[in-house]
Amino acid sequence: MNLLTRVLTALLLAASLNLTPFSALAQTPAEPKLTPAEQQRADHLAHALRCLVCQNQSLADSNAPLAHDMRKLIHAQLADGRTDAQIMRFFEDRYGDFVRYDPPFKPITWLLWLGPFALLALGFWVLMRTLKRRNVTRAPLTADERARAARYLDTGS
Amino acid sequence: MLRYLLPLGAFMAMAVFLALGLSRDPRAVPSAMLDKAAPPISLPLLHAPGQTLDVQSLRGQVWLLNVWASWCGPCRDELPVLRDAAQRHGIPLYGLNYKDKPEDAVAWLARNGNPYIASASDTDGRVGIEYGVYGVPETFVIDGAGRIRYKQLGLITPDIWRTRIEPMIEALR
Repeated sequence: MNLLTRVLTALLLAASLNLTPFSALAQTPAEPKLTPAEQQRADHLAHALRCLVCQNQSLADSNAPLAHDMRKLIHAQLADGRTDAQIMRFFEDRYGDFVRYDPPFKPITWLLWLGPFALLALGFWVLMRTLKRRNVTRAPLTADERARAARYLDTGS
Repeated sequence: MLRYLLPLGAFMAMAVFLALGLSRDPRAVPSAMLDKAAPPISLPLLHAPGQTLDVQSLRGQVWLLNVWASWCGPCRDELPVLRDAAQRHGIPLYGLNYKDKPEDAVAWLARNGNPYIASASDTDGRVGIEYGVYGVPETFVIDGAGRIRYKQLGLITPDIWRTRIEPMIEALR
């Protein structure tokens, strides 16, 4: 073995030693491999579900351990061939509507969904009524009032 | 008269809504698990890893499942309350040791006293998710038919025990 091959072998060994920890990190055994399409669905679900610990963050944005576990569950269920609706249902069954960023339309959420429109309609109604009343109360001036107004405008008193 | 009463009424209604909103705990998510069957817990027991906690075998009695961890401060504070309550009322108290290292959990119980008949070791939190757990401690009251009837979020103080959990247990028995 000449010097060159020795150096090369040493370099190769060093490189492989350096690489091992990285490749070990890259593939944690618990995480199933997803196709790009599945990955996209997983991202979509993670954005549609709320982190129960931080509450104003989605699973995708949250660093909480529970959010991490829930993301892992999404992956596992996607790898199992479950549909998006089934996965949503899984979390809803355990954590309720609150876990959804897009709450379902049902009696308890009617006010939530329709409230803004009802308020808008109410505001519009009040506005119309006020405008109408203002028109009605603006009656034409009598001859006497007209004369007084002219006097004020002319002389200022 | 109406034109003064109407805005006043609207204001009062809004004030009531806002006051209700303020007096509520925004972090308390109503449990979706209420009135559902307690999910099975096929996990190794902390002190007997060969055995599991069989939820089915507890049928016919009201029991408590307390979710705890050695890394959870409030869990230690509620330990005396749980111990006292379990002893005085003869209520079966089981633990779900949530996302904990078994050796840490065993040491914690040795240090603080173990009020549980047994604790199941949920190291990865998977069973916790089945129960809709999102913080520790949480305590479930499970009735004789195996249904979850109440969930206490966070620490059980003597006051909470007296006013919420004890009446619930009495009613279920």
